[in-house]
Amino acid sequence: MNVVLITIISLGVLGSLAAIILYFVAQKFKVFEDPRIDQVEEVLPAANCGGCGYPGCRAFAEAMVKSDDISDLNCPVGGADTMSAAAAILGKEVAAADPMVAVVRCNGTCENRPRITEYDGATSCTIATSLYGGDTGCSNGCLGLGECVDACAFNAMYMDEETGLPVIIEDNCVSCGACVDACPKNIIELRKKGPKSRRIFVSCVNTDKGAAAKKACSVACIACKKCQKICPFDAITVENNLAYIDYNKCKLCRKCVAECPTNAIHMINFPPPKPKVEKPVAESAE
Amino acid sequence: MLKTFSLGGVHPAENKFSAGQKIEVLPVPEQVSVPIAQHIGAPSEPVVAKGDEVKVGQLIAKSTGFVSANIHSPVSGKVFKIDDIIDASGYKRKAIIIKTEGDEWDESIDRSEDLITEVTASPEEIIKKVGEAGIVGLGGATFPAHVKLSVPPGKTCEVLILNGVECEPYLTADHQLMMEKGDEIMVGTQILMKALKVEKAIIGIENNKPDAIKHMSELAGKYPGITIQPLKVQYPQGGEKQLIDACIGRQIPSGKLPIEVGAVVQNVGTTLAVYEAVQKNKPLFERVVTVTGKSVSKPSNFLARVGTPLNQLIDAAGGLPEDTGKVIGGGPMMGKALSSTEVPITKGSSGILIMPDEMAKRGKTEACIRCSKCVSVCPMGLSPYLLMTVSDKAIWDRAEEEKIMDCIECGSCSFTCPANRPLLDYIRLGKGKVGQIMRSRTK
Repeated sequence: MNVVLITIISLGVLGSLAAIILYFVAQKFKVFEDPRIDQVEEVLPAANCGGCGYPGCRAFAEAMVKSDDISDLNCPVGGADTMSAAAAILGKEVAAADPMVAVVRCNGTCENRPRITEYDGATSCTIATSLYGGDTGCSNGCLGLGECVDACAFNAMYMDEETGLPVIIEDNCVSCGACVDACPKNIIELRKKGPKSRRIFVSCVNTDKGAAAKKACSVACIACKKCQKICPFDAITVENNLAYIDYNKCKLCRKCVAECPTNAIHMINFPPPKPKVEKPVAESAE
Repeated sequence: MLKTFSLGGVHPAENKFSAGQKIEVLPVPEQVSVPIAQHIGAPSEPVVAKGDEVKVGQLIAKSTGFVSANIHSPVSGKVFKIDDIIDASGYKRKAIIIKTEGDEWDESIDRSEDLITEVTASPEEIIKKVGEAGIVGLGGATFPAHVKLSVPPGKTCEVLILNGVECEPYLTADHQLMMEKGDEIMVGTQILMKALKVEKAIIGIENNKPDAIKHMSELAGKYPGITIQPLKVQYPQGGEKQLIDACIGRQIPSGKLPIEVGAVVQNVGTTLAVYEAVQKNKPLFERVVTVTGKSVSKPSNFLARVGTPLNQLIDAAGGLPEDTGKVIGGGPMMGKALSSTEVPITKGSSGILIMPDEMAKRGKTEACIRCSKCVSVCPMGLSPYLLMTVSDKAIWDRAEEEKIMDCIECGSCSFTCPANRPLLDYIRLGKGKVGQIMRSRTK
């Protein structure tokens, strides 16, 4: 009986001693953490994709709590709703960022861009890029090995087997930019989603001179500058043998789309059938 | 027993179809495209402009740093343009394009066939001359030769090792050079020995070239300090580190250069170029190129000017066979598949290998079965299967720990893998990334 008692008492004393020491140590080395970080993290999407430029949602929450001006911070996955919810917790102002979407700037399908060599090496765009310019005459275009699709964590991309090009599923794309970083050819770009998801872009990244670009791919930008001349808003620049449309200046007038001789300028989500009715009228007017 | 290197190695089928074919001088092409980046290091800068008249051997692009090399005109004629051309890998690269008119050589070049054995130049003059002549390692690595000859302060060179191994299957350019230009190579060796201030030179030759071993051994008797070292046939014996190990039994520590163990290695082709530069004042603008393959009707060794289009060499060897599946620049182990035959040959083109379709395809990649064959053949003692995995998963710190930077990219692992895994492709990817990380750290 005595043994049991002594054991209980000695262990009890040891336990309380340890508890007291631990209490003071905990007080001494206490790390204060703003409780708002947890609250902000709660409203973030927990995708940990890195699209905001921070390593994970918690780091982004910390950055939001710490910085006074959060207007340049944006969670592309959560979008405006998430950002305003987070801003409400912190009592800070947040600028409404334009929703973005990934855009594949290459239309080098098998039909448009004939294959001149065959690649049977490792299935990795980065490796293929280090070995050669690609299986077509265009050394800037898509290799079709799908490294961007592998990088996408939101199921927003797939490889179109017919064209050999990646396709973005707009509704799933959160514009985290993982595919942009994954592409060794820098073909994918984050562009403004636009009103009603309507947008216009040059679907080509070829920087060869016109004749060479056209020979390699029938829908390549040949840097003829016609689009630049017709654009009423100065949104188009031609540099390094390639046209580029500034999405902040573009007013979606679509003049360049009709002007492009190689159909390199694409428009997305515009209602298509209308011109069919108008065309005969236009012709009779001439 | 014959000497060889101590670790790993493979022995692919030799297929030296063009062995014994006399070096044929290829006619001067009508037009040459001379890329300004033909060597490891900074690209050269053109010193001629469109419309300029140039002579054979005239400087057309100047070296832009210590690790860089001069480029000389391979033909006489007019500079047609300086523009981007599509290079062997399908990328754009700047080149000087010259339209040939006649074949007028620069007056300072001694075009006679006479052998000049007496070396009058001082070591400093030799190194300067080698640098001016734009000589780079002709084995394929194209590292500027004058850099190797400039022994850094605090280090001493004890022995010069000449690489006459030609361990790549199919290629015979160096073999043929030794047979036909043996004396010149010997004098070139004397010049290199003088520049490095060494008394001893070893020429390593693999045992599959008994005629070259015999011929060179006979010649070596006439020149002091030069010995011939026959070696067991084993790939990649032509690798600098492997050759030093095979010849003098010394291993270079990880991340160090051969000079660390007191050795400098030069290729026999480079040695001939050094002879021509120092004794004949002839810069490097032509080289011997093997054109070979199983279905090639006339496998040959050509002496071709730099900038000659590949298809001209292929035509001279009997044209492109119908069953061609792949054209490779270099040998089958380390060479690169080319995407076009219109590209020019450069200082580093040791051969053109034409593979028939049935041999050109890679096998289907299967899962690693942990047989560890890649580990046992790696001449650097690495674990290729592991390096591939960490490169694929982007675990760069582990890749560095596993000494990925020691890889010499010989391809023995990919060659030997029974599951056809593209080991080297991934290791090369990892090397690039880890190298980048390491460089950014020292900045």
